[in-house]
Amino acid sequence: MEKVIRHLTKDVIKVLKAGDFILFSGILYTARDQAHKKLLDLIKAKKPLPFDLKDKVIYYCGPTPALHGQVVGACGPTTSSRMDSFTPQLLSKGILAMIGKGQRCAEVIAAIKKYQAVYFSTYAGCGALLSQCVKSKKLICFAELGTEAVFAFEVEKFPLITAIDAQGGTIYE
Amino acid sequence: MRKVSVKIIEDKVKSLSIKVNTHLRPDVLSALKKALRLETKTLARKALNAIIKNAEIAQEKSIAICQDTGLPVVFLELGAEVYIGQNITEIIINSVAQAYRQGCLRASLQRDPILRQYKPEYKPAIVHTDIVNGGKIKISLLPKGFGSENKAQVKMFNPTSSWDEISDFIVQSVALAGASACPPYIIGIGIGGTQDFACLLAKKALLLPIDKKSNAKIAAMETNLLQRINKLKIGAMGLGGKITCLGIKILTHPTHIAGLPAAVNISCHALRSGSVVI
Ligand code: SF4
Repeated sequence: MEKVIRHLTKDVIKVLKAGDFILFSGILYTARDQAHKKLLDLIKAKKPLPFDLKDKVIYYCGPTPALHGQVVGACGPTTSSRMDSFTPQLLSKGILAMIGKGQRCAEVIAAIKKYQAVYFSTYAGCGALLSQCVKSKKLICFAELGTEAVFAFEVEKFPLITAIDAQGGTIYE
Repeated sequence: MRKVSVKIIEDKVKSLSIKVNTHLRPDVLSALKKALRLETKTLARKALNAIIKNAEIAQEKSIAICQDTGLPVVFLELGAEVYIGQNITEIIINSVAQAYRQGCLRASLQRDPILRQYKPEYKPAIVHTDIVNGGKIKISLLPKGFGSENKAQVKMFNPTSSWDEISDFIVQSVALAGASACPPYIIGIGIGGTQDFACLLAKKALLLPIDKKSNAKIAAMETNLLQRINKLKIGAMGLGGKITCLGIKILTHPTHIAGLPAAVNISCHALRSGSVVI
């Protein structure tokens, strides 16, 4: 199964099965280690978040700067398991999906099931290729983190492999 | 004595820094193409095709092969007859940083590893220096991505341990890396020396072309490991299939009668390295 998805909703997620390959067109929010830590610190302190997490697709990515005339530099996924300890909380705040690379821990799989979310992997180590899918890039928050800031990427036909589906099915043995 | 100008070193290091980050090593590229011929699993084939396409785009557009342009690790061989008149380590660190900035590579280095309160920077590359005979300078650069560096392992075996025990440890290290460090992998093994030296050897082994034959004894170990690792069926990007590892290189060094250090340094498929000789 290979199809283009423009609106990622709970209904769409429900029917995705581990191993399904899709092309996603829409908005991704980049967030990696330090952005996760900051978001969780704010949640813990019951402070307002710099952006609403509800229904967001979070992409574990820290891009290289854009060359002249390009939207963004290389922008492949980083290792997801480093975000494992933060993920259940973010799912409870309504994020819809995560994109990264590699396995997730049992707690994350359970939380994905509980919140009917999905975890995708994308072409790991293919930052140049993936940069060609990014049509615009906007800084959202945490500029002081450099590459680890949160950016909104508008992507067109971004390749995704359903790695852990809403039923807890996974491509990793 | 041979006098070498600072400017030449700077220029060579700068162009090397850009080149290794935008041009996939030819031996790795041909191993990937061979893997694609052997692989039959659909998703793994898709992944291999993407990796090859990525290398083409990176080279054509001068974009980094991977956004993790690594912690730049430099191996410097400095001829004993060379005279520079300035600190070559500083020259290299500054030149790498300048090239990274100019080439839109990523500032990935955190000055304070504990509190992590600084914005990521371009400095400092790590420089390992060997003084060698003659009047030449050889500079090798290995930008080491941390997705794979995080999976490095070292173990101190007994001197009476068998090769089987060591190879079990190596295979387990790769199994632990799983899908997280961007397989298919290239694996550097360092055996002997001290604990830290074995780690350094393992990293140095990644500089060796994977299509170059090692001596017969080592080659047999490498082949045996390659077969065992491919049986893990992690596959390209963890999508299963025949190809988990593209190549293995082992380096050895004399060690103490009481020990047997063994280190594993895993590289992702985006193995970037290159050398210049001045
Ligand atoms: S492990 Fe290698 S290919 Fe993967 S993200 Fe890190 S540097 Fe890039």
